Amino acid sequence: MRIGVITFPGTLDDRDAARAVNHGGAVAIPLWHAVADLKNVDAVILPGGFSYGDYLRCGAISRFAPVMKLVVEAAGKGMPVLGICNGFQVLCESHLLPGALTRNSDLHFLCRDQEIEIINNSTPWTNSFTVGEKIIIPLKNGEGSFQCDDKTLAQLEGEGRVVARYVGENPNGSRNLIAGISNARGNVVGLMPHPEHAIDPLTGPSAQGLGFFTSILNAMVK
Amino acid sequence: MSLDTVVIAQSTPDTKQPFAELGLRPDEYARIKEILGRRPTSSELAMYSVMWSEHCSYKSSKVHLKQFGDKAPKSDALLVGIGENAGVVDVGQGYAVTFKIESHNHPSFVEPYQGAATGVGGIVRDILTMGARPIAIMDPLRFGPADAPDTRRVLPGIVAGVGGYGNCLGLPNIGGEVVFDQTYAGNPLVNALCVGVMKHTDIKLAKAAGAGNLVVLFGAKTGGDGIGGVSVLASETFGAGGSTKRPSVQVGDPFVEKILIECSLEIFAEDLVVGIQDLGGAGLSCATSELASGGSGGMNVALDRVPLRDPSLSPEEILMSESQERMCAIVEPHKLSRFLEICAKWDVTVTAIGEVTDGDRLEITWNGELIVDVPPRTVAHEGPVYNRPLAQPAYIDEVNSQSVNVPIPSNADEIKAAVLKLAGAPNLADKSWVTSQYDKYVQGNTIQAQPDDSGMVRIDETTHLGVAISTDANANWSYLNPYQGAKLALAEAARNIATAGARPLAVTNCLNFGSPEDSGVMWQFAESVRGLADGCLEMGLPVTGGNVSFYNQTGTVAILPTPVIGVLGVIQDVRTRTPMSFSTSGLDLYLLGQTFEDLAGSEWAFLHGERVGQSPTADLAREMRLIELLLAGHEAKVFSAAHDLSQGGLSAGLTEMVLRYSVGATITLDNAGIDLLSETPGRVIVAIERSNTDVLKNLATQNEIPLNKIGVTGGESLTINGCVISLTELREAHTSTFPRLFG
Repeated sequence: MRIGVITFPGTLDDRDAARAVNHGGAVAIPLWHAVADLKNVDAVILPGGFSYGDYLRCGAISRFAPVMKLVVEAAGKGMPVLGICNGFQVLCESHLLPGALTRNSDLHFLCRDQEIEIINNSTPWTNSFTVGEKIIIPLKNGEGSFQCDDKTLAQLEGEGRVVARYVGENPNGSRNLIAGISNARGNVVGLMPHPEHAIDPLTGPSAQGLGFFTSILNAMVK
Repeated sequence: MSLDTVVIAQSTPDTKQPFAELGLRPDEYARIKEILGRRPTSSELAMYSVMWSEHCSYKSSKVHLKQFGDKAPKSDALLVGIGENAGVVDVGQGYAVTFKIESHNHPSFVEPYQGAATGVGGIVRDILTMGARPIAIMDPLRFGPADAPDTRRVLPGIVAGVGGYGNCLGLPNIGGEVVFDQTYAGNPLVNALCVGVMKHTDIKLAKAAGAGNLVVLFGAKTGGDGIGGVSVLASETFGAGGSTKRPSVQVGDPFVEKILIECSLEIFAEDLVVGIQDLGGAGLSCATSELASGGSGGMNVALDRVPLRDPSLSPEEILMSESQERMCAIVEPHKLSRFLEICAKWDVTVTAIGEVTDGDRLEITWNGELIVDVPPRTVAHEGPVYNRPLAQPAYIDEVNSQSVNVPIPSNADEIKAAVLKLAGAPNLADKSWVTSQYDKYVQGNTIQAQPDDSGMVRIDETTHLGVAISTDANANWSYLNPYQGAKLALAEAARNIATAGARPLAVTNCLNFGSPEDSGVMWQFAESVRGLADGCLEMGLPVTGGNVSFYNQTGTVAILPTPVIGVLGVIQDVRTRTPMSFSTSGLDLYLLGQTFEDLAGSEWAFLHGERVGQSPTADLAREMRLIELLLAGHEAKVFSAAHDLSQGGLSAGLTEMVLRYSVGATITLDNAGIDLLSETPGRVIVAIERSNTDVLKNLATQNEIPLNKIGVTGGESLTINGCVISLTELREAHTSTFPRLFG
């Protein structure tokens, strides 16, 4: 099982995502933004960071990377894609996911251990969790406030496409406490908090983020 | 306007030059003329003025700093010592670690965000320049009074700048300090530390060796920012139509720096450079002269080849520009094409601007005309050296002769009030408001970060080897006794590493002081350096490098002498580290070390406006025995937790421990008032399973460290001699201060 991890200029969590993929039991394959080649991977992760320095808008420049054209095509055919933090922002800019991530409501970058609740466990990235399961993984971003229009919000809620929600006080002003969503088909997931930083209690708040990386293996075996 | 060339300088010896406006004294200007045998060209004048500035030449501090070399302890760990961009120490398993701390104080007062951001950027490039991958940063910060209006301008900007730059580079921020004092109003201190790791074989040095090798400039284009003083030259030499004046504070672009890091590491991995230097203070003036004098001395540079953001910049401005995110490498000609390919992959601008020659002069041309022709060592390393007058200031005897007069709590109500007051004091309160703006998780190797005693990162995922770092200063003690203050800060930083189980290995320092032209300040500086050098010799820890920041004063009022000491240590297996607090009930709590009535320079005295008395005297032999005890106990797995006591004494230490994992403690003290508030150095609280009692007692006896049981863990409160403080109440006091002050 090969999972591609894309590096854009300014990507920061690519090595962490690759480590998490390997911990989960798959093989991480580095993908370079400028090379239009998915190297026969079975799934793709867009990791966190500040691609292109967040210039213009977070993710707005990366969506035009040569590799993204292939990601959009493959996602349309059902390939599992996970965007974490800046990766989520790139997926929104690429229109693989609806809505946008805007400045945190208190206008500060926020790094903290965040409790989230898994709302949908039928995606290829969340199937090893139970619905309602609460986990603690790091949240760290400056622009993590999920926003969309009322119609989109109703659609996301109505179709069960909210994948995870923040528990407790809203950390960043996201609508309906949304921490992660999926596309209609469920194969593309965007997540603001960072499961790749919670694969070992030694270096993270828990090992509960590992579930995202074992889920994808289950999905492939099925 | 006309170009000032070497030929013109030879033929117009009497041209008046604005040396004084550039900060050069008449005798310094005369010495430049003597070195060159003629008047300098305006470009040469620009170079000498900036390289001979206090900031670049260390002209007031050099005579004192040489003690770090003269008194250096024998150490097998030191691979690269003082003088390079950063020192390098051997941490075993073939790994070398480089670390350094620098100040960016003045720019951060003028423009807090960019000043702090470029402070981080600069120290990260110093570490990168050694050939290392930067792996973590720390930031000791000091501000005016917490409730002062200007602090509300400066602090949020500086914190956002440190975070904005460091987060975007993908470097975990693993610790630092936030301290408030009146003397820092108008003089905030922004010190930034970076640590990097490499293999021994990958160490790079700043030297231009090998005639015919190319001088290659890569990274951001050169702009008009950070030119500062040279605008004097620009306005005098050039009239209308010249470049517009830009802010003297540099503007950072962390995205470009992140790209530059990855690009440089790929270049290093393929062994494509002979020598390398980053462009920081004094920009190209510094990089070319230091590279040339690090080699045989000969170098030609065609300055007109430098890629510019602003095409109207004059050669003088290009030489002085402190535009960020630039590096200068020495590359063998046959490796240039691969070098260019890697830069192209990362979209990094790269230009060969010159070559190494077999001569001994640095020659810089502008469109073919010679505008600089100097012996590079005279620019980079042989600047003026001053033995400035120093004299013990009058205040010393005055404050030392007084004793601290503060209320000492004696009943349960007073004890509770004192503990809560300290828990919420700005210098001791929870710093999450600050640290939650920093990414501590990126790179996935952070083992410890604030509020732990030290920052700790793993450097090998297979062997679990790691390093720990702590930075400390106690400016109150340094004010009362700068010699002891420096030693005590060193001891505290070393202890903060040892509590986790890491063995202290090497020292860096950032010496923040007022004006060296004030003999009292100069005395504080000299005493601090002497204390640090003596302390390092006694503790067997080499100083690997550091930074001096003078002129931190407003009018005649200098900041408190603030030598920030960073100690780096190594831990063989990060999984075994001793945590700073306990997460279970029923453990016994012991105090290692004895408590005396040390209230002078304490936080309790500070809160009562008392800065008088005698600082404690550092007993470094005892400190070293305590460290050996901590390391042996860690090795024997005796400790469930260990936490250093420093500012705020036992009161603050217990507060931090019980709140860390929300497990309370019941404490019994003979003399609760003094026991809670005193800041006697060399003390550590440890938590142990009762079955380890004998082992601990033996370790204490062997190492001659007093040991006293002070209580047990458990419950929902911190209870001291029957005075009950609920964790909820304590947490509220500890965590509400920063949000209340800063929103």
